[in-house]
Amino acid sequence: MARDSQAALVALNRFGFGARGGASGDLVNAASDPRGFVKAELARPNGVLLEAPGLQSTPQLGQAVFAYQDQVKQAREAAKAAAPTEPPQQAPTDQKPGLRRNLSLNAVATGIAGQMSDAKPADNAAKPDTMQPGASAPPAAKPAPQPLNVIQKTFRAEALARLQRATLVECGFTERLVVFWSNHFCISASKGELARIWAGAFEREAIRPHVLGRFADMLKAVEQHPAMLFFLDNQQSLGPDSRAGQNRKRGLNENLAREIMELHTLGVGGGYTQEDVTSLARIITGWTFAGRQGQLGTPGSFAFNANAHQPGPQTLLGKTYEATGLAQGEAALADIARHPSTANFVAAKFARHFVADDPPPALVARLRDVFVKTDGDLKAMAMALVDSDEAWKAPLTKMRSPYDFLVASGRLLARVPEDPGAYINNLNLLGQPLWTPAGPNGFPDTSAAWAAPEGMKLRLDIAAQMGARLGPNIDPLDLLEFAAADAASIETRRTIERAESRQQALALLLMSPEMQRR
Amino acid sequence: MIDCVESRLLTSRRSLLLGGAVFAAWAYLPKFAHAADGRDPRLIVVILRGALDGLSTVAPVGDPDYAGLHGSIALAADGAHPAIMLDSFFALHPSMPEFARMYRDQHAAVIHAVATPYRDRSHFDGQDVLESGYAGPGRVQSGWLNRALEALPRGERVSSGLAVGPTTPLVLRGNAPTVGWAPVALPQADDDTAMRLVDLYRHRDPVLASVLSQGLQLEKAASGDDMKPKPGNQVAQMRQVARGAAKLMAADDGPRIAALAFDGWDTHANEGGPVGRLAFLLGGLDGALAEFESGLGDRWRDTVVVVATEFGRTARINGTDGTDHGTGTIALLAGGAVKGGRVISDWPGLKLANLHEARDLKPTTDLRSVIKGVLQGQFGLSDRVLAETVFPDSAAARPMKGLVA
Repeated sequence: MARDSQAALVALNRFGFGARGGASGDLVNAASDPRGFVKAELARPNGVLLEAPGLQSTPQLGQAVFAYQDQVKQAREAAKAAAPTEPPQQAPTDQKPGLRRNLSLNAVATGIAGQMSDAKPADNAAKPDTMQPGASAPPAAKPAPQPLNVIQKTFRAEALARLQRATLVECGFTERLVVFWSNHFCISASKGELARIWAGAFEREAIRPHVLGRFADMLKAVEQHPAMLFFLDNQQSLGPDSRAGQNRKRGLNENLAREIMELHTLGVGGGYTQEDVTSLARIITGWTFAGRQGQLGTPGSFAFNANAHQPGPQTLLGKTYEATGLAQGEAALADIARHPSTANFVAAKFARHFVADDPPPALVARLRDVFVKTDGDLKAMAMALVDSDEAWKAPLTKMRSPYDFLVASGRLLARVPEDPGAYINNLNLLGQPLWTPAGPNGFPDTSAAWAAPEGMKLRLDIAAQMGARLGPNIDPLDLLEFAAADAASIETRRTIERAESRQQALALLLMSPEMQRR
Repeated sequence: MIDCVESRLLTSRRSLLLGGAVFAAWAYLPKFAHAADGRDPRLIVVILRGALDGLSTVAPVGDPDYAGLHGSIALAADGAHPAIMLDSFFALHPSMPEFARMYRDQHAAVIHAVATPYRDRSHFDGQDVLESGYAGPGRVQSGWLNRALEALPRGERVSSGLAVGPTTPLVLRGNAPTVGWAPVALPQADDDTAMRLVDLYRHRDPVLASVLSQGLQLEKAASGDDMKPKPGNQVAQMRQVARGAAKLMAADDGPRIAALAFDGWDTHANEGGPVGRLAFLLGGLDGALAEFESGLGDRWRDTVVVVATEFGRTARINGTDGTDHGTGTIALLAGGAVKGGRVISDWPGLKLANLHEARDLKPTTDLRSVIKGVLQGQFGLSDRVLAETVFPDSAAARPMKGLVA
């Protein structure tokens, strides 16, 4: 069987999240049939869907937020009357021999046991599982860690499910596709409590089922998802001539309509005008989600509010859409999805993400043609990418995003995350907070954006910590074999061989061009 | 901040430490005074990763071949930064005044031309041998210090070893229970790792080389003068780590045995002589020893600190003003329990014919003999236990007598 390690690198890194360490044999498998290795994942039925115990639907999560908000309100009112109570002390448990436990200077100095509080898994808390000396400070009783609220718990559970899937899958191509489309149709968890609790469900419900399906179906699922409607304010948008619009002072909000055309489909310069934006905004008035009172349906579910919908026919991109209520918008989206500008925009972005910042024009043209010919079959487009020569010939020069880098590192180290806290913290540090891009255009997708001075320095610090933690137990040269085998550069191999410790060797391996570029 | 990767091991360890009963094992221990001699001994093992240049730390200035071999980085008893004469032959690096003071007070000693049984030049394997206590690199998952702990009378004088740092060093890994502590300060990659990475990028990825260099410079600019101790600076970190460990060990019911590692001793290029990179690191080590002394207070009297490294460096400097992987090096002992004021060495000489493989200081003392001598002096471990359990198959390396006062 012919072995092509260079092609294996492409299969694993360009299309996937890198090789897994341990006994996976990923590099060998990929080297014997690189294209087949990548395509195998696309063939797996339901391989993109993500289900994990405890993950809930968007309406269930919406109701959980409403209930939580009610609780907070009640607690606040109750607190006004009642006096504050002491936080409960944590009960000590039996220790077991033979394992390292961590130690507090304060506790030793004062003989007080039972205050080993590392139990603060808050999303932003960057705490190691060891204690601060503070030897001269008086032993302040630490408050019991704040229990996570339902929003934080959900966010972490969704993050963990996604991270575990990315760490465990064989190649990672489908998960890369999920991340690509999720970033294309991004929402931001920083928008508010609903966006935060819905961030994972949005991806599971609106993105994953369509990643190997049709673009038009994904578009519809995304634009009708409560998370997107909330993120881009469409639930506030009222048709000026609708009953609700006439009763209230508020009117049209163009936010979602504009981003649909600018960011989700046609692209800037895709041939639409301000008139079209306003028109689409009118067309999708009434697209909202049912609120806590449930007047429009199950609280937290998508709803069409006819009372807020602008009556009458609308003209969009030269075509008139009759007043058919919800169907008016669905027809408009279906047409936008198969617009030639959409095909161009999507094909170029797809090629840029997977192949190069400046993708080969012939490749973009071919992907566009496939998109057009198949009426937006995203699996066909992904297959066309894998079948292209360009994707296998272009040098591996794309910079891994922080998410890619952290997942690739976890895979190589064969560590299945059981707690998403460290990933969440590191993504915050590295400027790619999970499901939280700065704007509706998503995280940047060029090498220059991620190969930034501060970012690289922080990556090195994180790699050094991983080295310090995990280095003693690994053989760095074995790991290099798993990561790149004979496709590793001589310089990288030498740098790792000559490191002064396994810890340092691991840090250098994780930072090597083979691990940073894809 | 922690690594991005949570392992099952880490998670289960975390759930244990949340229990908080870390000190229960010590709570019922008697006050530790040893019935016979009233001593309450403590042992700290410091591992210098990267292979310390023993010839630049304790320089044989009396050897006629030394200055020529070590060239521009050789120490001398005169000049702008004179080395500190320990006796008529050996001189200490000028960046170690605290160790010099301990030495004058007879509480520090040097053992020169030592090595483990390892004779090859891989850091990884060298560290395995140094820490596992086995004669060859075998990927054994326990260390000699842990096995020494196990051999002590249980529940009597010492119960748990203290592992300082984010992980337990191999030397302290094993069946005997350990506790861990690490300073919380945001750990940063050390300069040596950064330098190596920039070098790799220069050869393979010029864009990343330039970007990372800028990032490193930004950080330097933000933190000011490179040579002054400050948070994040390697020297400050060494002191901080030692201060924390000493504080824990000074407590009546604190751990008696600790192990920690300092990185960055692999001086292939620009090693520096009386000033420079090695000087900077030795200053950090010196500061750490001083922190142990002051932090342990009255307990310093019964303490031995052993400083050891996986192997030495070449006797002759290389083409980049550094030294390459060698063999013979030094071990340092410091502490009130050390019978000090001596450089202990069966000096092999630096004539070409006397060098190991015509490159390295020839080892004439087995490091295991030194460590065995300390373990025996501090804890009374028998020759047999030391030769069979702590350092398997090491009967030929007899415990060195008289190291502990």
